[in-house]
Amino acid sequence: MTANYNYAFIDESTKKEIRRKILKAIAIPGYQVPFGSRELPIARGWGTGGLQITLSIIGEQDTFKVIDQGSDDSVNAVNIRKFIAQTTSVRFTTDTAQATLIQTRHRIPEEKLNEGQVLILQVPIPEPLRLIEHSETGTRRMHAEADYSGMWLYLYENIIRYGETTIGAGYPVMVNGRHMMSPSPIPRWDVPKLNMAEALFLFGAGREKRIYAIPPHTRVVPIEFEDFPFRAEDFRGHECASCKSTDTFLNEIVDSGSGMKKWFCSDSSFCEKRQMQKRQDV
Amino acid sequence: MTPVLSVRNLFRIFGTACSRCFDGNDEICGNKCPWCGAIVACKNISFDLYPEEVLGIVGESGSGKSTLLKILYFEEEPTSGEMFIHLTKRNACFPGEAFMGSVDAANVLSLNSYQKRLFRNHYMGMVYQNPFLGLRMHISAGGNIAEKLFMAGFRNIAKIRERAIYLLEKTEVPGNRLDESPASFSGGMQQRVQIAKALSNVPMLLFLDEPTTGLDLSVQARVLDLIKSLQKEMRLATIVVSHDLGIIRHLTTRTMVMKDGEIVEAGLTDQVLEDPQHPFTQLLVCSTL
Repeated sequence: MTANYNYAFIDESTKKEIRRKILKAIAIPGYQVPFGSRELPIARGWGTGGLQITLSIIGEQDTFKVIDQGSDDSVNAVNIRKFIAQTTSVRFTTDTAQATLIQTRHRIPEEKLNEGQVLILQVPIPEPLRLIEHSETGTRRMHAEADYSGMWLYLYENIIRYGETTIGAGYPVMVNGRHMMSPSPIPRWDVPKLNMAEALFLFGAGREKRIYAIPPHTRVVPIEFEDFPFRAEDFRGHECASCKSTDTFLNEIVDSGSGMKKWFCSDSSFCEKRQMQKRQDV
Repeated sequence: MTPVLSVRNLFRIFGTACSRCFDGNDEICGNKCPWCGAIVACKNISFDLYPEEVLGIVGESGSGKSTLLKILYFEEEPTSGEMFIHLTKRNACFPGEAFMGSVDAANVLSLNSYQKRLFRNHYMGMVYQNPFLGLRMHISAGGNIAEKLFMAGFRNIAKIRERAIYLLEKTEVPGNRLDESPASFSGGMQQRVQIAKALSNVPMLLFLDEPTTGLDLSVQARVLDLIKSLQKEMRLATIVVSHDLGIIRHLTTRTMVMKDGEIVEAGLTDQVLEDPQHPFTQLLVCSTL
């Protein structure tokens, strides 16, 4: 830890503001709370929203994990981990079950999160209605009046034209029956994990200056029609080339040497855990 | 008989109003207040609309008739005034029923915007003069009708499409053009899609703002006949705004004449058109081609 900086880099009064905004976000599940997004040594749009939440609530007792698209070792995750290491003295882990605080970009870990764990998601575009309404005044009015017919119409037109929704990542959900919310660009695969979860989900958008939350045991329902239910990605017929899992979110990788397509778990630490287990069983 | 809709002392003033704007002072000539310069678009409007009745509002352009209709449809906030609605039917899928229970007694203009939206979605329909205002041109005709149904809580695609086809055929648009966008339709067809959309939630109140202006005469006649037959069939309390006395004569039973934001004459349509009392109405009637 470098002594020149405050613990966890940002100053205490900023932390206080962000914590207050987090509390408000928890009190109104799915509602986007504006906050004064600060400058960080990372450019906006690279996870500064999530990072500010992390820095505001991290403490000595925490065990921290950071992932980027499910991986502990990709650039965004490594940089954020280094930064946290320089400005705090928390313990780090790659094991989801061990972590108290997990910052993530675009994935929710495969392992079920438990009570007491906090998942912090980085959000590029917090507004689910931006797709259909460009003006911020417009979308705020729509949220205030719970006027979500435009989004239903979007989904209807998708189904009529393409027989399927075109929304891949960041599928809009209704939180607690009141607010429509973007779950950040997580795959549809991860969306059901938000419903009635035991962990706390915090969402931070640094560039857009918004914080929102899903408290534990909150109803989170993806928008769907009665006769056209929500579907997650389909990986039937594929398994992870490393751990042989068939029940995880898989990434398609083309082997540059042979040109063959292979499938691997997106959640790298979970994949390693499974491989370890396999070896022990043998 | 109890009116479905009662409007009392409605004012809409654009600009900063002074106390004298509200006086209804005869010195005010035109709708611009000589003391503060504000535009009084609707001046002390009071009227009742009875069940299954068609009420016409005529007046030259700028007389405040469209502003009045926008206020009734909650698209515009009035400066002051009250509006009461007596529900003659209960909408089974109306989610706001619980807190709207006492709506019969309440001034609906004082509801918050969320309540107004619920109310509008479940009990009102609007047809604009320009289909671009009432329709999303690059979304399918079915989608346009569906939008209103989504607002009213429908969540089943098959049922929504069934209803959309029913409504389109009712308004003489071929059901097989359900998935085409209104941008590819003729003006008359666009207007009929708009009517289908307005009727999709089986409204209690239907507002028509110059519904056939801009259509050629033969299409105009067909759209008018359509409106008339649907109004009879669905027993809608309807308000038609128009500057065309032919349309007013054809559609309405009762008429109000507006000039400079005021109602200058009201009565049975035949009476108003055959024996106009107010000089402005006389001018209007004798100006007919």
